[in-house]
Amino acid sequence: MPQTVKTDPKPILSVSGLNLFYSEKQALKDINLVMRRNQVTAFIGPSGCGKSTLLRCFNRMNDLIDSVRIDGSINFEGEEINTPSTDVITLRRRIGMVFQHSNPFPKSIYENIVYGLRIAGVKDKSTLDETVERSLRSAAIWDEVKDRLHESALGLSGGQAQRICIARAIAVNPEIILMDEPCSALDPISTFKIEELIEELKLEYTIIIVTHNMQQAARVSDVTGFFYMGELIEAGETRKIFTNPEKAQTEDYITGRFG
Amino acid sequence: MNSFIKTGEPQVFVCGTALALILVMTLTLAGVVLKNGLGYFWPRQLVQFEMKDGSRLLGEVRATERNQLTGAGQIQIKISNRDLYGQDFKWVSESDVASRSVPEEAILLERMEHGNFAGFLKKVEGEGVEYLRTGSAVKDLALAVEAVREKMKEVAAVRKKMISLNYKIEKRRREIQKLKFRDISANSAAISALEAEKEKLESEFNRINEESGRMEGEARRFYGLFADASGTEKEIALADIIRIQTPNSMSAPEKIGAYFERTRELLLDDPRESNTEGGLFPAIFGTIMMVLLMSCFSLPFGVIAAIYLREYAKEGIVTRMVGIAVNNLAGVPSIVYGIFGLGFFVYGIGGSIDRLFFPERLPTPTFGTGGILWSSLTLALLTVPVVIVATEESLASIPRGIREGSLALGATKFQTLIRLLLPMATPGIMTGMILSMARAAGEVAPLMIVGVVKLAPALPFDGNFPFFHMDRKFMHLGFHIFDVGFQSPNVEAAKPMVYITTLLLLAIVAASGSMAIYLRNRMRKKYTTSHF
Ligand SMILES: Nc1ncnc2c1ncn2[C@@H]1O[C@H](COP(=O)(O)OP(=O)(O)OP(=O)(O)O)[C@@H](O)[C@H]1O
Ligand SMILES: [Mg+2]
Repeated sequence: MPQTVKTDPKPILSVSGLNLFYSEKQALKDINLVMRRNQVTAFIGPSGCGKSTLLRCFNRMNDLIDSVRIDGSINFEGEEINTPSTDVITLRRRIGMVFQHSNPFPKSIYENIVYGLRIAGVKDKSTLDETVERSLRSAAIWDEVKDRLHESALGLSGGQAQRICIARAIAVNPEIILMDEPCSALDPISTFKIEELIEELKLEYTIIIVTHNMQQAARVSDVTGFFYMGELIEAGETRKIFTNPEKAQTEDYITGRFG
Repeated sequence: MNSFIKTGEPQVFVCGTALALILVMTLTLAGVVLKNGLGYFWPRQLVQFEMKDGSRLLGEVRATERNQLTGAGQIQIKISNRDLYGQDFKWVSESDVASRSVPEEAILLERMEHGNFAGFLKKVEGEGVEYLRTGSAVKDLALAVEAVREKMKEVAAVRKKMISLNYKIEKRRREIQKLKFRDISANSAAISALEAEKEKLESEFNRINEESGRMEGEARRFYGLFADASGTEKEIALADIIRIQTPNSMSAPEKIGAYFERTRELLLDDPRESNTEGGLFPAIFGTIMMVLLMSCFSLPFGVIAAIYLREYAKEGIVTRMVGIAVNNLAGVPSIVYGIFGLGFFVYGIGGSIDRLFFPERLPTPTFGTGGILWSSLTLALLTVPVVIVATEESLASIPRGIREGSLALGATKFQTLIRLLLPMATPGIMTGMILSMARAAGEVAPLMIVGVVKLAPALPFDGNFPFFHMDRKFMHLGFHIFDVGFQSPNVEAAKPMVYITTLLLLAIVAASGSMAIYLRNRMRKKYTTSHF
């Protein structure tokens, strides 16, 4: 990996003192973490440790679950987003998300991509067309689908569908893209394509990715956070976490001694 | 034995048997209806029986069976000529029959009244002069009947004018009634103007009435002279003859033609003879319009209610209770809905509408009596649980990823609903609609008290403004079956009509069902996830 040492880019998202409860059960305990602009931050940790839960705090997807209670602060570009008064619609437009299982809508590829714009009220045909091409190119899938834009997105392979979902997230021009195990259902080649893609996307976007694949975390991320039982055990530069972790727990997990 | 049960074979066998039983019963029902319904229009031989006592009978053989007491064979003959014999059917003992023959020239007439006539043609006369054209008496008759029918068409056209005039007169009469009801003295000028108009219309009406009467009288001067099997003569006005058949000398294509002609009449004409003859058009129309109107109410309400229950209502005891209540509503006996409809829609809402908007017509009710609107609403109430349950289930079956994907792009719940969830739920909603339409089309009990009648004077839709007359009573195929089959004075003659009506009702349900299923499958193809 090229050794471009960051002169610590500006923070874009900072979490402090975050606790999250599902009814009585605490799923996140006192999380403190800063994510920086144009960096890829990876969350790793054993299953059920709260990675997805934390990720879903950033775009307030946990609002959909009635039993969730959150306290603590999440600051996005100087704005507190963990308050009832936050405009979640705008927030979700600025912080996009790609899910573990690709979830293309039962519409044409074109309509999938412009979905975010349409609901935001964009009608201009040329804007829409431009966006489609730009996002599909950024998601490195333009060449594969450019002749079938108006065919159903349900006919795509899993890897293609996942890249369509990434393109769909990019289309609304978010500042952060959250990715929850985007490659877990994909074959090595599709995974490789998406990793390459993350490498490129990071020039324009900030990426937070959850993964179970250590090599993937090591390959694509600049910063890694290790979670265990709802706690953030250790976070730091990926190279350091993987070569010289401070905590024994981290080392055990990375070397595959547990988890 | 135990190990045999463990193989699972017996269970499969039991399931298979159950399915086979259901299939056999359904197919038998369909078969019986099809056989009796489809065969009725096929022209049948007129057989002449010479009885041992010297008398003669002419008619179609309808059934042969053994007498249950004596074991002797007996034949049911449709002898027709109700006006001569007082009945259409006769059972004779096989042992009383001396000989049978199939006379070529035997003729069967369908008439406006008194059922069919079976016998022989003697001559055709108009104003005392014999009508001779082609040399063949039957052809002469057909020509003459055709000519008379043309005249009768003119009469019908004139009568149609009378209906529209009558409607106008009625409108003026109501206007006047209304003005008088409000304030006689203040509106006296307007009233007298209306009265004058009304009078003019009335005199026009009378003139046309007289003219049509005169025209009809002229047409009626043509008649045919016929004789039955035993030689009794009978004059029949040509205007009363609807169809002439000589079934014993008809060729196959002619029979096919006659068959389709009867089918056309069935589908497009009005009923005759207290519904046992003629067409079913008003009942078909009434059924379809009622079902469509019902869907207009139950579909949106059901879908909206289901959306609220599934997407917006907070999970909890109340929501659950509502869910259970909705499910149970579908099991309430339909007559209960009928009574509720009568009390709530007809007397409650309809009565209020009358008091508010048509006080001058009281005590004659306008909306405060059964009608197609109230029937549709009552049935909508009856079928809305089906729509709710179907919609809820199809919304629930949409994967969570779709909702989350949409919300994560900054869509509101409502946008997600409109753009993704509803289109994806449409196949399921359609299923609910098919079920509810089939149920509504077949329902009779509640309709009998909220607006169905044996014979409606007018369709609920016509050329007079406002075209749809929601207050009108209507005819319905299901009720028709009940009425013709069990309430008609001449049950034996009505039997084929019952089968045909049943067949038609089944056909309508099946047709609307298949159409909806076709649409649903097309949509389902569009919305099913096919990757992985
Ligand atoms: N909707 C929910 N209601 C109650 N508990 C939940 C809910 N979602 C998650 N949890 C619990 O919260 C904890 C953290 O879950 P989370 O999905 O964040 O784990 P994760 O780190 O993403 O795991 P994985 O790697 O398997 O995806 C788990 O113990 C889980 O059981
Ligand atoms: Mg997870």
